[in-house]
Order: sequence, then structure tokens, then C-alpha cells
Amino acid sequence: MSKTLRIIFLSLILFLLCGPLIVVSGVSLNAKKRLFFPPEGISLRWYAELLTESSWLIPVQNSLTIAFTSSFIALSIALPLAYFLWRYRVFYARALFTLGISPFILPPVITALGFLSFWVTIGFYGKMGATMISHAIFFVTLPLVTISLGFESIDPEIVEAAQTMGADSRTVFKTVVFPMIRPYMISGFAFAFVLSLNEYIVAYMVSGFTVETLPIKIFNSLRYGYTPVMASVAVVFVLLAVIIFGLIGHFGDLPKLLGAMNPEEK
Amino acid sequence: MIGEKPKGIGAHLPLAYPALMLGIFFIIPFGIMVAISFFHRQPGGFYIPGFEFTNYQNLYTVLFGRTLLFSLFVAGLSAAICVSLGFPFTYFITRMRRRAQVIWLVFLMSVLSLSEVIIGFAWSLILSRTAGISNLFVWLGLMEQPKAWYPGFAALLFGICYLAFPYTVLVLYPSLSRLDPALPEASQTLGASPLRTFFTVIVGSMRNAMVAAFVMVFVFTLGVYLLPQILGRPRHWTLSVLITDQAIYQTNMPMAASMAIFFMFVSLLLVALTMAIGKGKKIEVK
Repeated sequence: MSKTLRIIFLSLILFLLCGPLIVVSGVSLNAKKRLFFPPEGISLRWYAELLTESSWLIPVQNSLTIAFTSSFIALSIALPLAYFLWRYRVFYARALFTLGISPFILPPVITALGFLSFWVTIGFYGKMGATMISHAIFFVTLPLVTISLGFESIDPEIVEAAQTMGADSRTVFKTVVFPMIRPYMISGFAFAFVLSLNEYIVAYMVSGFTVETLPIKIFNSLRYGYTPVMASVAVVFVLLAVIIFGLIGHFGDLPKLLGAMNPEEK
Repeated sequence: MIGEKPKGIGAHLPLAYPALMLGIFFIIPFGIMVAISFFHRQPGGFYIPGFEFTNYQNLYTVLFGRTLLFSLFVAGLSAAICVSLGFPFTYFITRMRRRAQVIWLVFLMSVLSLSEVIIGFAWSLILSRTAGISNLFVWLGLMEQPKAWYPGFAALLFGICYLAFPYTVLVLYPSLSRLDPALPEASQTLGASPLRTFFTVIVGSMRNAMVAAFVMVFVFTLGVYLLPQILGRPRHWTLSVLITDQAIYQTNMPMAASMAIFFMFVSLLLVALTMAIGKGKKIEVK
């Protein structure tokens, strides 16, 4: 396709994707409690409010705690499953893998309603622990897929070599396999972490009235009038995502994680 | 060591914990939801165990039918837009140098991870009167005075496409990045224009990937919950909004559960149907 056409097309998409982000960052800098773009006067007070005002600080803490714990639980479920699936190719492990992927494929409201009926039935509705476990199950897909990719990338000859040299399977796992899949574990954790921070409907259904997470807080404040604090939260979220994915892109192999062929093979 | 059969109970130990977690916290919740959809609802928000089809019969209303059709329509339309824009876009990205690819991917992942509420908020700002794009048009002399362009159907469509576009690209990325560069080269050597090469060779060889991407994006956009409430009017509310409303505000869990299960079957059916059409076409071409 001709080069100019391609550049115009790419810039148009870039503009459409960046547009809302630029307006949001502009609005977050307003000096007064108004949402103007371009901003009238420049100040960082709305960012400060995010860290000082308890009505925003508590959701920030809730979201971070939930995201951290749930992605850790998700990782702990995904690692043994992916390991087992790599080592023994048996149908029940494959079935469990499919099960681990399904919450991500169905429309989220269905899974969310399932969680709601479960926690209400056993009497844990509205507890932060319920949100953590629900998020862990909901996002287990991400570490599961990345860690499985990691296992697939291990050259079987390396494992064989370690065994020939006399290592038992525990030693092989600790000294050979684990270091090779560690980057994939980190990216799986990071994906789950970022998505959990941004998740709304599961968190809302499971304990939205008692445990306010940031997305819930933003949506609640949308109803009672806009403030520039919401814009500053959005900016922080975007920056956080850019930093985390940027680190993965810098240290890891992002194209491969997302399913591209090895660049050497190209 | 790899690919052998597990020997004895000890070898199965690593599987116990994931199986327990997924069983208790995914299969059982799902089972409870299915059970509740057959329970009897009592006035006042409670429900008692039972087995009746009342909740499914109650689905047969104008509101439910209209909402279901609207959800499917809006998801199909935005999936079509996303795939037709995302396909050439992804193709261009996969032909870039590795470094440029990584930068684009980081950017796309960051947009993809954004919460619906943030995207809704951003679009409501950009379409608003005080901070919106209409101010730019006024400044350029294209409009008399700034104007609010939301809530409305167009605003909702923009929001959903913004949400789903990065997802579309990531779904298309693996298959397009594996496309053999020799294919378009051969076509151009044989005298086809770049545009013609794109539409015949690249689109042609990637038809299945496009159908698969359409289905994935369709199901993804079926799930939108906040955008219709922020950018749309009540008549633009989707099934996700209706289900949540039944569950939380009408405290009618049996109704919400039956809706959710019906919704699941409809989406699975559509996925199967689209896949079948995609396969049929492939046979035809051969």
C-alpha cells in the first residue's frame, strides 16, 4: 500500500486513540474545580487530593490491595496447572486449562453474577476477601496463558541434559525450569494486576457497596458531578499501565508474549 | 520427562490446588447461578429453592427482547468497525521494525487495560460542551458555538470502538505477524498494485483470522456495562445493565440468573454460527 496513505491512516488512528487521553490530562490540570480544556490555570492540586483526601485514598488502597492479592492468587493457581500441563499431556489437565480460560471469554456480567450468587449463598457477600478471590479466578487466564507460553519455549533438550547429569525432577524445576519461566510469571502477574485495578463489574457485584475500588469510586462520582480529581486518577492509571507494560516491553519479549513468531525466524 | 503419563497420586499433587480453586470458586458459583434461575422468587427480594420455569417464561417481554437485540446489534456493528479498521492497522504494525512494534504494543496494551469507566469519562469529556472537541471546531470557525455531543448512540459507538480497538489488534496480531512476507512480494512482482495485493492476497489469506477476530471482539463488546450508562441514553442500555439492575436494584436474583444463562446461550450460539459460516466459506474457496 502506498506510503503516504499508510502514514495518514496510522496517524489518524493514533490521534483517535490519544485524543481522549490528551483531553483528560488537560482537564486534570485545571486550577479551579471546573472541567475546561484547554485548562484554565495550571495546578497539580487534584493529584494531591488523590493522596490526601480520604474519600479517594481509601479506594486507592482498596484497589491496590485487591489487585496485588488477587494477581498473586491467580499466579499461584496458574503455575502448577501450566507446569502439569507441560509435563504430562493428559486430557483432564487440558480440561482444567479450558476452564481457567473460560471466565475471560464469556461476557463478564455472567461470571460476575455467578460470583454474586456464590458469595451471597455462603455469606461472604460484601467482604474484601470475596473480591480478591473473585478477581483471582476472573483473571487466572492471563498468568495461565503467559506461563504456558513460557513452558512451551523451553527447549526439551536442556531438561534432558539436566537429567542426564543426574538432577531429579525437583532440582530440574528449581535450577533449570523455574529461571526460564520467571519472566513469563512476572508478565502474567503484571497483566492480571493492571486489569484487576481497572475491573468494575465483578468488584461491584461482589462487594460494591462495602468495598469501594477506584473504578467504582469514579463511577459513583460521575453521578454526583464531575471533579478534576477523576481526570487525575485516569492519568495516573494510564501512566501506571504505560510504565508496567513499558517495563515488560523493555526487559521481556512483548511481541512473543502476544503471539508473534520469534524475530529471528522471520 | 516431558509428555509422559503421570504415575501415582503423588504426581497429581500439583494439580490438586488449581483444580480445587477453580472447582470451588468457578464451577460451584456457576452451578448455584443455574440453580437460582429455577428457584421461586418471593415478594420482598428473597427466593426459595424450587424448580420452575417461571423465570425463563418471564423473559418473554418487549423490554428484554429489545435490549437483547440492541446489545447484539451494537456489538456486531462495533466489532465490524473494529475489525475493518484494525486489520490494516495490525498489518502495518507487524511489518514495522521490532522496536517500533514494541512501542505500539505497549501503547495499545495501556489503552486496553483502561477501565470502561475511565474510557467513558474521557469520551464524555471530549464530547462535552466545556472541554470537548466542538470547542476546537468553533476555534477553527467551523461551528457557531460549542455543543454537547453526548449522550447518544454515536457517542456510545465511539466509546465501544475505542474500548475494543486495542483488543481487536491484539487478537489479529499473532496470525498477521506470521504472514509470510513472500506472499505480498510475489503478488507485487507479478504486477498487482499494493492496494490490490492488500485486498486480494492479504485479506484473502487471512479470512479465517478475520472471522475469528470478529467473533472474539463481538463477544468482548457484548459485555459492555458502564459505557451505555455514561455515553448512552436509557434506551441504549445493554443486557449487562439490565441483568445487573435485576440483581442489585430489583433484588430479583432468579430473574437475573435466568437472563444471564439465556444471554450465555445466545452468545455461544452466535459464536458457533459465525464459526460455521467462516468454515463454510473456506470450503467454498477450495
